[in-house]
Amino acid sequence: MAYDKFTILTSTAVPLPMENVDTDQIIPARFLKATERAGFGDNLFRDWRYNPDNTVKQDFVLNNNIYSGKILVGGKNFGSGSSREHAAWAIYDYGFRCVVSSFFADIFKGNALNVGILPVQVSPEFLDKIFTAIEANPATELEVNLPDQTITILATGEKESFAINTYKKHNMTHGFDDIDYLQAMEKDITSFAAKSLY
Amino acid sequence: MSNMASTLFDKVWDAHVVKKIEDGPDVFFIDRHFIHEVTSPVAFLGLKNRGVAVMFPNKTFATADHNTPTINQHLPVQDALSANQLKALEDNAAKYGISHWGLNNPKNGIVHVVGPENGITQPGMTIVCGDSHTSTHGAFGAIAFGIGTSEVEMVLASQCIMQPKPKKMRINVTGKLGKGVLPKDVALYIISQITASGATGYFVEYAGEVFEQMSMEGRMTVCNMSIESGARGGMIAPDETTFAYLNGREKSPKGVAWDTAVAYWKTLKTDAGAQFDLELNFHADNIEPQITYGTNPGLGTGISKNIPLAAAVKDGEASYKKSLDYMGFAEDEKMLGKKVDYVFLGSCTNGRIEDFRQFASIVKGRKKADNITAWLVPGSHIVESQIKEEGILDILTEAGFLLRQPGCSACLAMNDDKVPAGKYAVSTSNRNFEGRQGPGSRTLLASPLVAAAAAISGVVSDPRDFL
Ligand code: SF4
Repeated sequence: MAYDKFTILTSTAVPLPMENVDTDQIIPARFLKATERAGFGDNLFRDWRYNPDNTVKQDFVLNNNIYSGKILVGGKNFGSGSSREHAAWAIYDYGFRCVVSSFFADIFKGNALNVGILPVQVSPEFLDKIFTAIEANPATELEVNLPDQTITILATGEKESFAINTYKKHNMTHGFDDIDYLQAMEKDITSFAAKSLY
Repeated sequence: MSNMASTLFDKVWDAHVVKKIEDGPDVFFIDRHFIHEVTSPVAFLGLKNRGVAVMFPNKTFATADHNTPTINQHLPVQDALSANQLKALEDNAAKYGISHWGLNNPKNGIVHVVGPENGITQPGMTIVCGDSHTSTHGAFGAIAFGIGTSEVEMVLASQCIMQPKPKKMRINVTGKLGKGVLPKDVALYIISQITASGATGYFVEYAGEVFEQMSMEGRMTVCNMSIESGARGGMIAPDETTFAYLNGREKSPKGVAWDTAVAYWKTLKTDAGAQFDLELNFHADNIEPQITYGTNPGLGTGISKNIPLAAAVKDGEASYKKSLDYMGFAEDEKMLGKKVDYVFLGSCTNGRIEDFRQFASIVKGRKKADNITAWLVPGSHIVESQIKEEGILDILTEAGFLLRQPGCSACLAMNDDKVPAGKYAVSTSNRNFEGRQGPGSRTLLASPLVAAAAAISGVVSDPRDFL
């Protein structure tokens, strides 16, 4: 599924300073029954956002309108747990294009890249700086520059580089996905398969 | 020559690289692909929108398991959304020529139970599925891991995914497991030692006496839980135990093909002197029956111990406190004697015949505690038949238990098997996340023996007292 190209994103950010945010929290299993990819943003962090009677939990950050933006900043080990890509869809569908953390779970990171969300891994120190800056001023803007592979806290100019491989970077900046690439390799794959034991 | 030495993981990985992309992932060939109703519909939709066919329909296998009911499976599925997903799986399988084991098919069951039991899973293979516990199949010396829906679409379209090669870790456990200590305890112990993110970025090989002595069922339990330490997957070198398990299964090679396969499989082991990025050593003597007290699988302890103080926990202190709050527990409390409301025996972690044998060994001649609601859910119809044939059903019935029908059930509570808010479940599944077994549910992960001890005593109990 195609997604928007990603180059430079300047935005305020939503802080979620919690560790081990697992995909069951991002999108609980009971919302995985769709056969289409639509509407998952409404149930992003469902059980943290709403009480069982569907009233809004005022103390959760997504319900606090002083925080907004296209960047979600989470604690260490973000996206652990299930392989459900629905978690990445929910984050994208809600309106986030970038998730910042000091550490991502592997499957989540891959899924995010595949749906057009940029996972930006920063040092624990830099993550703290971001949380502190947003806490001091929720209007703090971050600039995520994919071509340069940097993230900057605009108010202070503090900056850090992040890693992404050349292949994925190219895909993200052009809005390409892997299937386009794989289809072009059909001959190689067929001859590889012909030699397979299984 | 030591620089030629390679690991089991390298041998299998390198044999599947179609192409290396410079500063990018490998184009990685997939031998077997399992699909189920929840993570495949959008992938098929993607194929349709692109006008692309399934490249190798005979390498993909479909089974219905995640949201199926575990009673009255002969009746139409009541929940409309679940029914819709099951229908989509059936239709897509038919349209693209993929073999499909739907509800009521004698081969139906949880994807990670039916793959091995039908011989689809074999040593040296690469196996993926849109479910993180695909790591289970690593027990056979396969590279197996969970993928997202975009990747499901990739495999359908091209039999490949784009994968950067993970780092390598070896976890050695030496010694002999004590009485009442099961493979699940080994897995929970390792995760409690290295945390829920301790193996992120790695692929794990389990080695040492404990795994060499373990049955295939036990190895599957351990490899299944690899993902709970963050690892992409875990694997164990195939040996005589593996070959004996596979010999004669429906999809296993036969005759000359079997001999050829076994000769190759025997080469699938880590050479002496091969290098790992990280190597960890544990001893069986330090492992007692385990139980979790928090909301990630790393927050577990020996059953005789108290809940650790926040200062002693490697995870962040704030998350730890939030976790205990959710569970209604406090630091330094005893786990033994805590009240239990539900017991769940099942899932791709502990829904195999051996798990039911273990459970039965404790409940035999005893009675289910009145305060306990027990869900005993076999991993597949084949397991269900074995339970009946071996007389385990009689033991369970006499003790006041009911046997349900196969499926994922309360492992992720997508069907009706939901633990109510605030209630405690001792569960043999793999995740104790907030709400995993139903909104507000509180999960204590443990082995089938610990589950059995809780089911008859009504509280968290040490299974060794009942053996
Ligand atoms: S039993 Fe649980 S972990 Fe296993 S396949 Fe089903 S949902 Fe996934």
